[in-house]
Amino acid sequence: MNARRVVVVGYGMAGSRLAEEIRRRDRDGERTSVTVIGAEPHPAYNRVLLSAVVAGTMTPESTRLHDAGWAAEHNVDLRLGVSVTSIDRAARRVALDDGSTVDYDALVLATGSRAWVPPTEGLQTEDGSLAPGVATFRDLDDCAAILEHARPGAPVAVLGGGLLGLEAARGLAGRGALVTVVHPVGHLMERQLDPAGGSVLARTLGEMGIEFRLGRFAARYVQGDGLKLDDGTHVPADLVVVSAGVRADTALAESIGLTVDRGVVVDDSLRTSDHRIHAIGDCANHPMTISGLVQPAWEQAEVLADLLTGVDPAARYRGTPVVTRLKAKGVDLAALGDVHAEVGGDAEVLCLQDPVRGRYAKLVIRDDRVTGAIVLGSPDAAATITQLYDAKTPAPTDRLGLLLGRALSSAGPVAHSPADLPASSVVCRCNTVTKGQLVKAWRGGAATVPELATATRATTGCGSCTDAVCGIVDWLARA
Amino acid sequence: MTQLAAPAVDTHCPYCALQCGMRLTGARVEPRQFPTNGGGLCQKGWTSGSLLTSPSRLTTPLVRVDGELRPASWDLALDLIAHKIKALQGAHGADAIAVFGGGGLTNEKSYALGKFARVALGTSQIDYNGRFCMSSAAAAGIRAFGLDRGMPFPVTDLGAADAVLLVGANPAETMPPFIQHLTNAARSGGLIVVDPRRTPTAEQATLHLQPRPGTDLALALGILHAVVADGHLRHDYIAERTTGFDAAWRIAAAWWPERVERVTGVAASDQRRAAAILAAASKAYVLTARGTEQHSRGTDMVGAWINLAMSLGLPGTPGSGFGCLTGQGNGQGGREHGQKADQLPGYRKIDDPAARAHVAGVWGVDPDSLPGPGRSAYELLDALGTENGPKALMVFGSNVIVSAPSAGAVGDRLSSLDFLVVADFVLSETAARADVVLPVTQWAEEDGTMTNLEGRVLLRTKALSAPDGVRSDLEVLRELAIRLGQPEERFPVEPETVFAELRRASAGGVADYAGVTYDRLRAGEALHWPVPSEDHPGTPRVFLDRFNTPDGRARFAAVDHTGPAEPIDDDYPLLATTGRVLQHYQSGAQTRLVEELLNAVPEVFIEIHPDTAERAGLAEGVLARVVSRRGEMKARVRHVSSMRTDTVFLPFHFPGEQRANLLTNPALDPTSRMPEFKVCAVRLEVS
Repeated sequence: MNARRVVVVGYGMAGSRLAEEIRRRDRDGERTSVTVIGAEPHPAYNRVLLSAVVAGTMTPESTRLHDAGWAAEHNVDLRLGVSVTSIDRAARRVALDDGSTVDYDALVLATGSRAWVPPTEGLQTEDGSLAPGVATFRDLDDCAAILEHARPGAPVAVLGGGLLGLEAARGLAGRGALVTVVHPVGHLMERQLDPAGGSVLARTLGEMGIEFRLGRFAARYVQGDGLKLDDGTHVPADLVVVSAGVRADTALAESIGLTVDRGVVVDDSLRTSDHRIHAIGDCANHPMTISGLVQPAWEQAEVLADLLTGVDPAARYRGTPVVTRLKAKGVDLAALGDVHAEVGGDAEVLCLQDPVRGRYAKLVIRDDRVTGAIVLGSPDAAATITQLYDAKTPAPTDRLGLLLGRALSSAGPVAHSPADLPASSVVCRCNTVTKGQLVKAWRGGAATVPELATATRATTGCGSCTDAVCGIVDWLARA
Repeated sequence: MTQLAAPAVDTHCPYCALQCGMRLTGARVEPRQFPTNGGGLCQKGWTSGSLLTSPSRLTTPLVRVDGELRPASWDLALDLIAHKIKALQGAHGADAIAVFGGGGLTNEKSYALGKFARVALGTSQIDYNGRFCMSSAAAAGIRAFGLDRGMPFPVTDLGAADAVLLVGANPAETMPPFIQHLTNAARSGGLIVVDPRRTPTAEQATLHLQPRPGTDLALALGILHAVVADGHLRHDYIAERTTGFDAAWRIAAAWWPERVERVTGVAASDQRRAAAILAAASKAYVLTARGTEQHSRGTDMVGAWINLAMSLGLPGTPGSGFGCLTGQGNGQGGREHGQKADQLPGYRKIDDPAARAHVAGVWGVDPDSLPGPGRSAYELLDALGTENGPKALMVFGSNVIVSAPSAGAVGDRLSSLDFLVVADFVLSETAARADVVLPVTQWAEEDGTMTNLEGRVLLRTKALSAPDGVRSDLEVLRELAIRLGQPEERFPVEPETVFAELRRASAGGVADYAGVTYDRLRAGEALHWPVPSEDHPGTPRVFLDRFNTPDGRARFAAVDHTGPAEPIDDDYPLLATTGRVLQHYQSGAQTRLVEELLNAVPEVFIEIHPDTAERAGLAEGVLARVVSRRGEMKARVRHVSSMRTDTVFLPFHFPGEQRANLLTNPALDPTSRMPEFKVCAVRLEVS
C-alpha cells in the first residue's frame, strides 16, 4: 500500500503540531508521507510565548518549536520560505512560488490568521504596509520591531484591550515604557469579562502604570507624535502596537472556491467543502470553536492525525471548551464559559468584588455544574474551578470556599492553647501519642519533656512536636 | 527472662531505608544516635522488638499435605523441594523454576539468592519486589547520570539546604525521623511538597502543590517552563555539565504554566512560585519517591524532575542535588547484587560479556552457563503456571499476593503453579498459599549488611539467637544447592564469608564494594559506595567532578506528558491512589502482628472528599465497596476535606478483601517495568 501523501500548508502552531502528531502515530512513514510548506524562512515558533519575549523574560530562540534537524529526523519534507501560488483540486496538485509542484492525497490548510489593522488614518501607508512607528503583534519580527522602540520612559500606545493587547501592554510596562491602552469598548476583554470584572482588571493594571482610554477610537496617527482619539484627546506614542483582533487567512481557500465564513468552514472531521482538503487552527471555522487560541488548534491536530494516519478513523473534533488565561506578570486572571449571567437570573450566580485588592470572582452554576467563571486575583480558585469546568463534575457544596480559593477555606479553627486541644488530638505523630496520653503520663509523675518522652515516646521520632509538648508541660504546670 | 541478661548490641531498624540506629538488648529497643535518624525512632521502630518474640513466629517447616500446611522436618521439606525442582526442570527446562526476592533482604542474602538462581537452578527467572519500588528512579538515574544511587550525597547534607522539593514523598509517615533533615528548609520557607493528598508532610510545607494523580510529568514541565520564562535558568551549568537541554526544552516550551494548570489543577502562580523558591535558594535539593515513580511512565516522570533539577544547576553541585528516597530497608543494596532479572552483582548488566566473565570467574563456573535476562517482576508473576511460564516459584522476603498490582490476577497465577515455596519468618498471606513454608531468621538474629538510602553500607549485628527450628536463608540456599548437585563450599553460610565473595564479585562494577569490610564497618566507618579498595575512604558525594556517563555530562531527557494508562470514564469516574500509613510497613505482614501498631490502624480505610462521598451515599465510617476494572475491595470511609474531589486514597498494607492492590493497574513502564500503582480508575458503591 502506498503511503498517503499529506501536504500541510502552513508551518505555524497548527501545521507544525499536525506534522508531529502524524509522526507520533506513524513514526516511520509507513502510512503517510508528510510535506510541510512554510512561508517564513525560519523554523516554527510558539506564538503563545511572544508576550514573554516582549516582556523580556524569554529569548526569541527559546520560542522555537523545532530545531534545525527536526524535519530530517522525523521524515518530514519541510519547504521553508516558499508559498503556495495555486492549487489544482482536480489534479490534487499544489504549485509553489519556487516553481515546484507537490501532489497530494490529503491537503491541510493551516495558514493561520493575520492581524487586523483598524482604518485609523495614518496607520498604514499607501501601499498597505504599516507606517513607521507602528507594529502589529503576531510574530517574532513584530517583537523585534516593538522592542526596538520600547525603551524605559518611551510613550507607547496599544490599540486593543483584548487578551493579546493587555499581555503586550503589561510586558512593555514592565520594561519601563509609558503605556496607554486605547480600547473601543467600555470595558477590557469584553469577549471574556463582564463589565465589573473588566473594571477590576483595569484598576489592577492601572496600578502597574498602564493608562486606559476605554470606549474610544483612534482617529489619526501622526508619526513621532502619537494618536488623536475620536473625542479629540491626544495619546503620546513613539510606538503604536496594534492588537485589535485577527482575521483568518482564507485567501488561498477562497481562490479555489472552498466555502468560507469567518474562516474556512470545516465539519467534525475537519474537512472543508472539498473532502480532500482539511483545515485546522486559526484559518478554520468549526461551529463549536472560538478561533485565536492554541488549544483548539492542537486538539484539531490530534484528531486530524488520527484520521489521516488511519489510527482512529472514528476520531471527531467536537469543539474545545475555552479557558482564557491572561499571561501578564502580577495579574492572575481566568475566564471561562458563560460569564454574562446575572445575579438573580435563571442560573446560580455568585459574585465577589474586592477592587482595592485586585480581586473579582464570579461563578455561574447550572444543574450543579460550573458553566462560567471569572476569577481575578485568586489563583488557587482559578485552578480548581477550571478543573471542575473541564471535568463537568458537580461543584462542591461549599460554593463560597470554591469562589475564594483554598487560602480562605482552611479546615478548622487553630487551637491557641493546649487547653483547647481535644484529648484525642495526636501531638506526636511519629509515635501516635495523644494529648490525653501526655496528660495521663504527667499526672503519673512525668513532669518534664524528657520524662514524658520516656513515658510516652512523644518527641522521639522526628522531634518536630517538641515545642508542642513543651507547651503542654507549661500548661499543665500552670493549671 | 533470659533476655534481660543479653548484651546490648548496636544495630539498625528492620524496616525502611533510613535504617535508623537502634540498640537492642535482647528484644528491647532503644534509639541510638546515628546520622540518618539523629537518635529518633518512629512507632514502628520502637515496637520492632516485639516481632522477635511474636507468638506468630514460624519455628518449623510446613508442608502441604491433603490441602493443609502441616509441620515437617527440615530434611523432609528440603528434600521435597529439591525433588520437585529436579522433576519440573527435567520436564520443562531450567526456567521452570522462578525465584522472587525482596528489598528487605540483606546484601548477603540478595547476592546469594541471585547466585543460587543462576548457578544452582540455572534459571533466568528471578526478580524481586524492588521492581515495584525503586525501578523507575533507578532507570531514570542511570539515564541521566549513568549511575543509580538513591541519594548521591549523605542525608545529613539536606540539613543545610534552604529549599527542598519533595515529589510524591511522604516521609512524615513513611520515614518519620527523616523529617528533621528538612527543618532548615521548612524554616527558610523553602519546603515544597508535590502530592495529590494533603499528607502530614504536605502540611509542613511552605508550598503544597496538589496535582491530579498521574499528571506529575506535566507539572514538572510547567515548573521547568517557569524556570526558563522567569529567568532562573542556569545557562553556565547547562553548558558545562549537561547535554540535551534543547530537545527537553522544545517539549517544555509547549507546557506554559497556564496550560499545565488545566491538566494538573496546580495553579500557574504556584508553579512559578516553586521555580522561584528553588532558584533563590543557595542550596537546594529535588527528591522524588514512589508517588511520582510508580507509574506506567514513571521513568519519564522522574526524568522530568531530574530535568528540572538540572535546569537549576543542582545535581553534582556541593550542597545541592537530586535524589530519590529509597523505600525498603535494603532497597538500594537489594538492587545491586543480582536479584534483578537483568543484573549481576556490582550493578553489572547480565548481557554484558565482560560482566558475565568476571562474575562467572568469582563463582567458578563457565560464563556461558549463566542464563540471560529474565522476566521483570510483574511479568514473571503474570507468567506463572502459563504454558511458557515457570511451574514453580520460590519466594524470599516478599508477600506478593498483597503487594503486587492487580493482586487478584496474581493470586490466580499462584494457584496455577505446580509448586510454591515461601521462606519467611511469619505466615504471610503468600506463605499461607505455599506448598512448603520455610521458617527463616529475621533481622536481629543474624549478621548482615544493608545499604541505606544514601548508599552507605551498614552492618546489622546479630543481637540474639533465633528460636530453635529456624534457619537462615543462607543455610536454606546451601542445603538446596547441595541437593541440586552443587559443591557445598560454593554456598557458604557465614554472612561475612558471603560478603567477602560479594566484594570480589562487585569489584570493578558500578556499585563497587571491594573495599568494604566487616571490620571497617564494626569500627564505625561511614562507607558510601563505590569503595574500590580497602584504603579508599568511600564516596559520600558522587558526581561532584563528573557524572558517570561516557562524556562526564548529565543528560537531559526529552520527555512529554501523556497521562495515566487508564483514563476515567462514566463507569469508573474517580482516580484511586495508594500509599502508606505511619504504623505499617509494606504488605503489613510484620507490622500487623505488632499489637500497638495494629490497634492504631487496624483495617484499611479510604479517604474521600465529603462531597464525593455524599454523592456516592457513603457516610463517615461505613464500608465502601471500591471497584476497578480488575477487581473490588472494601474499605472504611473517612471523609477528608483536603482531598481532591476527583481522587480517593487507599493504604496498601492490608490482606484479603482489604487489599488495595486488587484494584491497581499492572500497566508497566516500558523501561523500568514498574506497574502503575499510583493511579487507576475506580467507582464507589455502598457495601
